[in-house]
Amino acid sequence: MLANLLPLFADLPLFPPVASKQAGQIDDLYWFLVAVSAIMTAVIFIGVVGFAFKYRRRANAHPTQIEGSTVLELTWSILPFLVMLVMFWWGAELFFQAQNPPKDAMEVFVTGKQWMWKVQYPDGTREIDALHVPVGQPVKLTMASEDVIHSFSIPAFRVRHDVVPGHYDNLWFTPTKPGKYHLFCTEYCGNQHAGMVGWVYAMEPREYTKWASGGGGEGSLADQGEALFQQNGCSTCHLLDQQGRCPMLRGIYNKPVQLADGRTVTADDAYLRESILDPNAKIVSGFEPNIMPNFKGQLSEENVIQLIAYIKSLSPNTPASQQAGGAPPPITPSKGARAASAANAAGGATSGQVKQ
Amino acid sequence: MATLAHGTPEIAAEEPVNYLNVEHGWKSWLFTTDHKRIAVLYLISITLMFFVGGFMAVLFRINLLEPEGIFSAETYNRLFSMHGIVMVFFFLVPSIPATLANFLIPIMIGAKDLAFPRINLLSWYIYVVGAILTMYAVVRGGVDTGWTFYAPYSSTFSNSYVLAAAFGVFTAGFSSILTGLNFIVTVHKMRAPGMTWSRLPLFVWSNYATGLIQVLGTPVLAIVLLLLAFERIAHVGIFDPNIGGDPILFQHLFWFYSHPAVYIMILPGMGVISEIVSCFSRKRVFGYNFVAFSSMAIAVLSFVVWGHHMFITGESVYTGLAFSFLSFMVAVPSAIKVFNWTATMYKGSVSFDTPMLYAFGFIGLFTIGGLTGLFLATLATDVATHGTYFVVAHFHYVMVGGMVMAFLGGIHFWWPKMTGRMYSEAWSKFAALIVFIGFNLTFFPQFILGYMGMPRRYHAYPPEFQALNVLSSAGASVLGVGYIIPMIYLLWSLKYGPKAGPNPWGAAGLEWQTQSPPTTFNFDETPIVTEEAYNYGPLEEVIG
Repeated sequence: MLANLLPLFADLPLFPPVASKQAGQIDDLYWFLVAVSAIMTAVIFIGVVGFAFKYRRRANAHPTQIEGSTVLELTWSILPFLVMLVMFWWGAELFFQAQNPPKDAMEVFVTGKQWMWKVQYPDGTREIDALHVPVGQPVKLTMASEDVIHSFSIPAFRVRHDVVPGHYDNLWFTPTKPGKYHLFCTEYCGNQHAGMVGWVYAMEPREYTKWASGGGGEGSLADQGEALFQQNGCSTCHLLDQQGRCPMLRGIYNKPVQLADGRTVTADDAYLRESILDPNAKIVSGFEPNIMPNFKGQLSEENVIQLIAYIKSLSPNTPASQQAGGAPPPITPSKGARAASAANAAGGATSGQVKQ
Repeated sequence: MATLAHGTPEIAAEEPVNYLNVEHGWKSWLFTTDHKRIAVLYLISITLMFFVGGFMAVLFRINLLEPEGIFSAETYNRLFSMHGIVMVFFFLVPSIPATLANFLIPIMIGAKDLAFPRINLLSWYIYVVGAILTMYAVVRGGVDTGWTFYAPYSSTFSNSYVLAAAFGVFTAGFSSILTGLNFIVTVHKMRAPGMTWSRLPLFVWSNYATGLIQVLGTPVLAIVLLLLAFERIAHVGIFDPNIGGDPILFQHLFWFYSHPAVYIMILPGMGVISEIVSCFSRKRVFGYNFVAFSSMAIAVLSFVVWGHHMFITGESVYTGLAFSFLSFMVAVPSAIKVFNWTATMYKGSVSFDTPMLYAFGFIGLFTIGGLTGLFLATLATDVATHGTYFVVAHFHYVMVGGMVMAFLGGIHFWWPKMTGRMYSEAWSKFAALIVFIGFNLTFFPQFILGYMGMPRRYHAYPPEFQALNVLSSAGASVLGVGYIIPMIYLLWSLKYGPKAGPNPWGAAGLEWQTQSPPTTFNFDETPIVTEEAYNYGPLEEVIG
């Protein structure tokens, strides 16, 4: 038994690979914290052991009673606090940076599900428990969960974010070192939590391009979304080039939307997702509620990602658009929107959906 | 001096009447309202629960010897969940308050009993009902949600005995509330003449602060567990987004209790350490006011740091910023305590009796536990370590390295008072050493595993993590031995230990002025207090 264990200690890794831009930055902060901790531990250790030995009963039978010292109390309250302010500020700065992916980040979509990670690329490629990324390119993940809370973690990149059901979560990183790295779920999610693992492949850009050119075979993510858009009958009411019974979606992505209750929201991923799954949550000004059916439980998170990719792809400048006049069409109350809300023409739209 | 009672068993003609021999029979125990007997009932119950929780830890440490695991995932998940639930709610939360503080607070302030003796007994019965409910869940097949019961996994997805376990925890919460309430009222209303607030032993201060958290925080735990039960039974959408709930709401409510609860679990231990360090340095506690005030500061600040458990859930960056800052604030009063204990030894007359060895252990391990907490308060390093073994190591350094060390130190310190007997000095020192070594061997490798990224709650793991896991499991077996040895010699001492006398350590404090074990009402006459705590001699020097 013991002899079998010895090789384990021969080549013992004690530190994770440093494989992203943020990994190095976080490691610097980590080592600063380690250094401060080591110094503080040493101070306390020397104090305790030193005093205990120097003033041991045999050497010092008569203690000297001391009330205390306000100067000392203030010193050992304020000095450590100042050092902690450095930690706070440093950590906050990196944390803020982690919230703001660069504009040119490549987008990848991840869906967590008991107990696997499903990955979708804009070109339509899909994989499970594997993520391929090019070195040197910022990558932004948009993540959703089908069931419970998961947490997406790549230790070699020092990135992690919970994937909470009911909305999108994001993280981003820039891989710097080619290699194969662990991907873990780090929020307990049930029986096979420990099996919700995979690999991240950081590749040289040339190799990545070669890998990516394999393609999905099902068209791009937006193509897949367009197919769903037709199958689910969305196109009946969301007309492409004129206002139908429901808002026209062309050019709407990331633009402000005026709601019936007077608020203005941005049509981002989170808004679009909510409007697909729970259309009555936010009604666009000038439209009636209860026209569109509820797609919660009908569409998987992957389907929703495909649909959003399709909506994103609807550029306002497509020549087919006649009345847009080049500018993104503002979503305004439509004349035809008052049409009988009872006629729920989109009903039964879910029968043809693709289940993966 | 401190060692006068060792090794000289007196041939007692007849034992004087005390709280243990005043009445006999099971009824005299189950219907007692004597705080000391209730403390003993609690001590037996929580010790039992400690070994139940510890046994589960032994089993899952065995599982982690092999990368692919030895038991099934299902078994492993239930083991670590039940370990957490039993240790947190049925050992750590009641550990020092319900046993040592229950026994000592009335004596330390010169009172005959707690303010509400019958409520004190009621709290023990409630605790037992809660423990039985939770053990019922274990026997039926266990619960697999982790001690955190995160929704929607616990409310919708888990196929285990969530309701029974949650109801057990819910019930035990009320025993904690009643204990806290009793302490608060007792400290306010029952102090002997002359026992002013500034003369209270620091152990009383820290348990008073703990009582405040128990009373104010625990109801929120009850609320969140009730809501969880509503959702699980009636499918009312509270936490599960599929039926209109918000899973983050669960975490806010849960941590609103459970972060302060961390201080329920450590503050009483800090109180024990203040008593021990002072006694075995024969010196008043350095900066009494600051140490007392720091307990209150911790109690208050503990309620405004819960969001640091949620930095990566998607809470707003500004929320994260605020909670990060507040978490650093709460580190200051903890640091004040550590510095003051160290300074207490300066120019003291230090002896190395067993309780002091545990105090040394506490100071060292709590320092490491506290400092590694800074990694988790810092936003960016929390992202890198959240949900990994780094967190596991951190809170075990505080909870086991800190609180269990303090608990054992306190038991060794007041054992002669509680039982009237001394235990073997050699064996107890040996056990303290074993516990210290076993503890570090178990938990230090987990810091390294954590930064390498090994996630918590994994029954199987990549092979490169095996060596450190084997070290950790080896340490756990040493630690287990370290916990069993005191069980043996302490039980042995009950019958064969030398008589302790009223004050074997030569300690200051009212509890050492009454006989060992004390009589039912603690003192023959109500003592009149004329001096501050820790009066080990006249003040000879004032610094600064």
